[in-house]
Amino acid sequence: MTFEEVYRQEWGQVVATLIRLTGDWELAEECAQEAFAAALQRWPRDGVPDKPGAWLTTTARNRAIDWLRREAVGAQKLKEVAAMTSESEPQYDVPDDRLRLMFTCCHPALAMEARVALTLRTLAGLSTAEIARAFLVPETTMSKRLTRAKQKIQYAGIPYRVPPAHLLPERTPAVLAVLYLLFNEGYSDVVRTNLSGEAIRLARLLVQLMPDEPEAGGLLALMLLHDARRATRLTADGVLVTLEEQDRTRWDHAGITEAVDLLETTLRRGAPGPYQVQAAIAACHATARTAEDTDWPQIAGLYGQLKQTPVIALNRAVAIGMADGPAIGLRLVDELAAGPLSGYHLLPATRADFFRRLGRFSEAASAYREALELAGTEAERGYLQNRLREVSAGG
Amino acid sequence: MKYLLMICGDESHANDGCGGWSEEMERRGVVEGGAGLRPPGEATTVRVRDDELMLTDGPFAETKEQIGGFVLINCADLDEAIEIAAKHPAAAYGTIEIRPVLEPPGVV
Repeated sequence: MTFEEVYRQEWGQVVATLIRLTGDWELAEECAQEAFAAALQRWPRDGVPDKPGAWLTTTARNRAIDWLRREAVGAQKLKEVAAMTSESEPQYDVPDDRLRLMFTCCHPALAMEARVALTLRTLAGLSTAEIARAFLVPETTMSKRLTRAKQKIQYAGIPYRVPPAHLLPERTPAVLAVLYLLFNEGYSDVVRTNLSGEAIRLARLLVQLMPDEPEAGGLLALMLLHDARRATRLTADGVLVTLEEQDRTRWDHAGITEAVDLLETTLRRGAPGPYQVQAAIAACHATARTAEDTDWPQIAGLYGQLKQTPVIALNRAVAIGMADGPAIGLRLVDELAAGPLSGYHLLPATRADFFRRLGRFSEAASAYREALELAGTEAERGYLQNRLREVSAGG
Repeated sequence: MKYLLMICGDESHANDGCGGWSEEMERRGVVEGGAGLRPPGEATTVRVRDDELMLTDGPFAETKEQIGGFVLINCADLDEAIEIAAKHPAAAYGTIEIRPVLEPPGVV
């Protein structure tokens, strides 16, 4: 294992344990950092210890004790942390620590952007500079955001724990939402793909730590299924490629198999939730040999199981249209046009697509133009422009 | 930990009472003090600038939601404070702000 790999694997655990021992987030991070620096010096000389994680945690813990001694802060605190030295080996492997850290980072009393940043810093071990770059803010801004979040945790008394059972139903979705947001930040942007990788890594950890939470499995499966298609989503010039036109041979089939197996195991628990349903939809797409083989009636049914937000309703209309014919799809989309989706570029884009499938090219062209006026991403605009040219030339 | 719950809502609910909340919280022993307030129209705001006393008739800011009462609680952590605040009847029509009380240095 390279040092980088050890760092990625152990950082979260070391920080999580040190927070538990010292109750001080800043100190925990600093001591973890010093422990990794010490390892970088000593391991090449003395060899990598049998249990790198335990070595790192012990080293970090000793740094914390030194610091507390130097600062002569709270004799009581020092006693507590030092008490750990009497253990033959510090409990570096309390499985709960990272889960505790995850729930605390994702506490709903913190702002969403703070939750995301804190998760990346303390659990995933990204540096403040890396996180700042990923969210396109100056490093000082990110640094302040992190400090403020840690202060709030400390001074507002946000408990460092996995919430008790009666709070889990509301708190678990908060954790899942942070991981999914992180994934989407990376997925929607070709430059920041490492965020998706981090999200998948954290979701794997969550599945391991909460084996009884089916939505964690659902979320991981959903991420893996999206990620498996990453390479085919855009052309070389950065233009969007629709699912229908993606080169399915270039999908990551090992990733799809892993996700589908995971999803099947998860669904067998009989407690479906929104992430599992979305993963099931993604699996319908990912396992269709060709676009024509797509099981649209099943997809439409699955969309029907989700909470009917306007965007979900639009997706459902598309699925029904693909199953029962574009004329029916068009009628459903038109019904949505008056609602909160007016002004949403995917609404005219969807209408345009159904017009195109019906061979009503001039109507398709004007709907494509309408969609283009409502912007969207560069990749989407490139796609819409190509389509507009196509239908203007008579399909 | 000590928290101040600042209970805000428009004045129309001022006399609605607490629907058993106070009794439950007294029983749990988390309440350290508190009171309901007369309407903000009867408030006087005080500032001293350059040794000059300045008085204003009315609250800090004229907003629709005004502090109608406050409770000082002492409980385990923010999760418990949130639970206590969420149970207060004013949470259903107004807003409750939870503020940790500044502890003297050395205690935290």
